[in-house]
Amino acid sequence: MRKWLVEPDFILTRDPDRCINCQVCVRQCANDVHVHDEEADLVQSDSEKCVGCHRCAALCPTQAISIEKASLEFRPNGNWTADRIRAVYKQAEGGGILLSGMGNDQTLPVLWDHMVLNASQVTNPSIDPLREPMELVTYLGRKPDRLELNRDANGKVSLATELAPQLRLETPIMFSAMSYGSISYNASFSLARAAQAAGTFANTGEGGLHKDFRPYAKNLIVQVASGRFGVDPDYLNVAAAVEIKIGQGAKPGIGGHLPAEKVDAQVSATRMIPERTDALSPAPHHDIYSIEDLRQLIYGIKEATQYTKPVCVKISAVHNVAAIASGAVRAGADIVAIDGFRGGTGAAPTVIRDNVGIPIELALAAVDARLRDEGIRHQASIVAAGSFRSSADVIKAIALGADAVYIGTAALVAMGCHLCQKCYTGKCNWGIATQDPMLTKRLNADVATRRLSNLLRGWSLEIKEMLGGMGINAIESLRGNREHLRGIALSDRDLNILGIKAAGE
Amino acid sequence: MKRIYAREDLCLGCRLCEIHCLVAHSKSRRIISAMTREKGQITPRCKVEESGQVTFALQCRHCEHARCLEACMTGAITRDPATGVVLHNADKCVGCWMCLMSCPVGAIQRGREGHVASKCDLCQGEAAPVCVANCPNEALLFEDREERKK
Amino acid sequence: MNYLVIGNSAAAVGAVEGIRSVDAEGKITLLAAEPDHTYSRPLISYLLAGKVGPERLDYRPADFYEKFKVEAKLGQEVVAVDTAAHTVATKAGEKFSYDRLLIATGGRPFVPEIAGLAGARGAFTFTALDDARRIDQYLKESAVKEAVVLGGGMIGLKAAEALLARGLQVTVVELADRLLSTSFDRAASELLEAALERRHAAVCLGGTVEKVIANNGAVSAVSLTGGRELACQLLVVAIGVVPNVEFLKSSGLKLGRGLVVDDHLRTSAPDVYAAGDVVEGWDFLAETKRPLPILPLACRQGRIAGCNMAGRDESYLGGMPMNAIEICDLPTISVGLANASGEPYEVLAVRNPERRTYRKVVLRENKIVGLILIGDIDRAGIFTGLIENKVDVGPIKHLLLAEEFGLLSLDSEYRKHMVSGPGIEV
Ligand SMILES: Cc1cc2nc3c(=O)[nH]c(=O)nc-3n(C[C@H](O)[C@H](O)[C@H](O)COP(=O)(O)OP(=O)(O)OC[C@H]3O[C@@H](n4cnc5c(N)ncnc54)[C@H](O)[C@@H]3O)c2cc1C
Ligand code: SF4
Ligand code: SF4
Ligand code: SF4
Ligand code: SF4
Repeated sequence: MRKWLVEPDFILTRDPDRCINCQVCVRQCANDVHVHDEEADLVQSDSEKCVGCHRCAALCPTQAISIEKASLEFRPNGNWTADRIRAVYKQAEGGGILLSGMGNDQTLPVLWDHMVLNASQVTNPSIDPLREPMELVTYLGRKPDRLELNRDANGKVSLATELAPQLRLETPIMFSAMSYGSISYNASFSLARAAQAAGTFANTGEGGLHKDFRPYAKNLIVQVASGRFGVDPDYLNVAAAVEIKIGQGAKPGIGGHLPAEKVDAQVSATRMIPERTDALSPAPHHDIYSIEDLRQLIYGIKEATQYTKPVCVKISAVHNVAAIASGAVRAGADIVAIDGFRGGTGAAPTVIRDNVGIPIELALAAVDARLRDEGIRHQASIVAAGSFRSSADVIKAIALGADAVYIGTAALVAMGCHLCQKCYTGKCNWGIATQDPMLTKRLNADVATRRLSNLLRGWSLEIKEMLGGMGINAIESLRGNREHLRGIALSDRDLNILGIKAAGE
Repeated sequence: MKRIYAREDLCLGCRLCEIHCLVAHSKSRRIISAMTREKGQITPRCKVEESGQVTFALQCRHCEHARCLEACMTGAITRDPATGVVLHNADKCVGCWMCLMSCPVGAIQRGREGHVASKCDLCQGEAAPVCVANCPNEALLFEDREERKK
Repeated sequence: MNYLVIGNSAAAVGAVEGIRSVDAEGKITLLAAEPDHTYSRPLISYLLAGKVGPERLDYRPADFYEKFKVEAKLGQEVVAVDTAAHTVATKAGEKFSYDRLLIATGGRPFVPEIAGLAGARGAFTFTALDDARRIDQYLKESAVKEAVVLGGGMIGLKAAEALLARGLQVTVVELADRLLSTSFDRAASELLEAALERRHAAVCLGGTVEKVIANNGAVSAVSLTGGRELACQLLVVAIGVVPNVEFLKSSGLKLGRGLVVDDHLRTSAPDVYAAGDVVEGWDFLAETKRPLPILPLACRQGRIAGCNMAGRDESYLGGMPMNAIEICDLPTISVGLANASGEPYEVLAVRNPERRTYRKVVLRENKIVGLILIGDIDRAGIFTGLIENKVDVGPIKHLLLAEEFGLLSLDSEYRKHMVSGPGIEV
């Protein structure tokens, strides 16, 4: 039956003065939007299938294609918006759960955009990062309660306290968990290589560690999630750190589902599951029902890795995030990663993605404050995640109390992602969120690695500029220094939770 | 010498290399004019082959012992002594297809330009081969591998 | 080093280029019977047809001798070679000495005994620029309407095509049951015959010219096997070329069907090399030595001989027959043992009468040894490469004649080797 109530999202037009009938678009669109009519010798398009990924437009050598939001307007209705009406049509058609990829796309306020940074004037001179050293090195891991020093006969001082294992980051930005399986081999490979090149870390996600990526393991954090895919002692031991995934910002409280189509031979070997079967991650870890259970897993991993690696616990930002983070630290986590409600995903029920969880800005401030209040802030590092779009977001997060951030969506965008949100279809035209060999080869790992490295380099330079402007020469001095932030157009309650003053104060 | 190398694992089969080669060898050298008015009279020197999931773009290899050059009966095919590039002079060519018969990779085509052969000239006069420069996935590399091997 | 080159065509030019790729300084002297700047021999039919002017005949640019530092003595026919004294003598009585000698005197037309042929005006052979000039002159001077070409081989067909272009009524007479009999089969020949007939040329197979009938000393008709008489005012005899070795009879150089050479293109005498149509070279498909009078091999042999003369060791691995000929707008290519059949050969062929195409591959133990392409000749070279590299095509037999045949039809290792060069990894 024709889906006659499902309307196109986009209208694609081709400028006949510019189209040279080269059919590049036909060959590029995995959604079969463009077809070449042999008889008429013309390229034609079916807008209904267009997902707005711009692959055709980007490759069209004459810029003949334009893609606009379908201007099929409903009678204006602030309540029943077009999106909501269309969602009902879709659901009435199919009857299932509507799925989406990427993060929450609702127009809720982004608090980063309501915070501004400070700069030096007159009294506290700014620093020129081009002339003077500027330190972005960050260590993640448990810090000691206090330091004890030894002084030898000659008066030389050395550290007596034994330090817990630390991750050394050249810049406080890491690539967040994106599993091989949800993203392509080339995408995973590029993330690992770019992390190594930049002296930071990429997170394998819950998809296991492909054997080809093992040479990069020193720059990889491996995940242990509820599905326990690919987990064995070797997996834990080759990595730089292990992360226990409790939750994900895009879909707190629910598990994961990698459809069987994406589980090809390589994915199956990496995940240690049979080929072409669904990879199901349960909603909870079936062995964790309390902080004590979590502690068991943390220490299980620490035992398995002889206490040589920091163990991280990743939770999604939910209402009582501060208490949960505190529990995780007390359970022995060396790093707590908090994923805000804008965090990305390969596939999530749209209703959950858009309605569950809280913003990372508030969650981060709350967790940092809570751990300080409890005097355990030094026992774990905090990594914030959930849609960092620029170096400004990153530096604001650090001022709010994060030790480092995870970027996921920004990394994908650097590789070419156009946020069409169709990751779950497996037909990513940019070769990122797909396992179709015709599509995966569209992502040249050399190019993607270079682009990711460039992004990290660019953001790091910008962070140094901003630090210099504030008269600070080490990121360490900004960490949790909320004096450098001011809020604009925020309520007193928000300011209070964020722990910052209003602009002008 | 620097040659073009295709990476089959990365070629998308988009054929932008063919399109840009055609434009670079057109009179107007403007893509829309070249691809509409002149298309019938210009042969893209590079050829994208496609079979199942594998695609790659082939151009003349500028062989050290060029079979086409020794087979060319008119002297239309020559080697630039300075650069090593194997060149084809359409003004001398009579379209006897001796070169086409001899090129072991099939890089020579019957040209649309007239009754003449057509082959890659590594974009003489351009800063870099345009097929390489316009490949959206860097599936074509222009490099000196003999040098690298040494 | 004092190099002496006899000849001024593909093999001689190849040798000059070969010598200079090794030795930039040595003295090179070149002697040629013909007085012209090095020219493209196959272009003489294009010249006669009026398709190219005299200015386009040059096989190498006008400054070739100067650039390659060659002292070219044109119009000097060599009559004797003294290998002991390391000298050659010319018809004009000059003597030239050499440290290294290359003999590249090519072929000469084979002219059979035919009654009435000797001395008849209007009867020509067709292998040299001079032939083309003389025929042209004759066409201008005499009222020629009909022409007979004796020989349906490559040169005969080229001559026929040129004469057609000059507006003559042409008949090709061939002894075999098909045109290009050494490389074509009947099916291929039929397409070619049809192409000629579309241009109103007649093809007469299975016969020959028994007698030339003259009127006032000029050809006026020929009588064919079986007695049929054909009026013609022009006769071109093109039934083959033979190595041009007459002048070497006294030299003591070992002669077979041509000048005998080894795998470095050395003759039987020290310091004497030979290349091109004059030699009896190695045919690696037939696995025998025989003259293979084609231009690509002349040029290649010349280059290799030149390198060896200048001291860089290079082997000649042999050649095979191959030709690309376009007659009356029908492009054709034949390579190797193109009409072999029966054990141990396997023949794959497709014919498309509507599109006037024919494609045939001959295999021997799963290796391609022969090829005929008519009409649809694109990518022929890939086959040539497969033959030369003796590639086992057993697994891809079914793809060989497919429309989309290309490098991607081949084994990926072979493809990578071809595309990236030997020893260079992708
Ligand atoms: C009409 C025609 C069409 C052809 N078409 C093709 C074709 O399509 N494809 C192909 O592969 N081949 C073709 N050929 C054959 C090709 O031309 C020869 O294979 C090639 O020219 C051989 O080169 P060569 O240098 O060995 O000898 P030649 O070209 O025969 O040259 C011999 C040279 O030696 C000189 N010479 C001869 N005797 C003496 C002497 N005693 N002293 C001094 N100098 C001497 C001559 O002046 C000449 O310069 C064609 C030939 C003809 C005639
Ligand atoms: S890619 Fe652009 S120019 Fe080419 S056919 Fe499509 S619209 Fe036309
Ligand atoms: S432009 Fe690049 S990717 Fe596209 S067909 Fe050519 S070589 Fe392949
Ligand atoms: S055309 Fe063919 S034979 Fe000639 S140089 Fe190029 S690849 Fe080699
Ligand atoms: S190098 Fe230039 S001429 Fe050669 S194939 Fe590429 S674009 Fe065409």
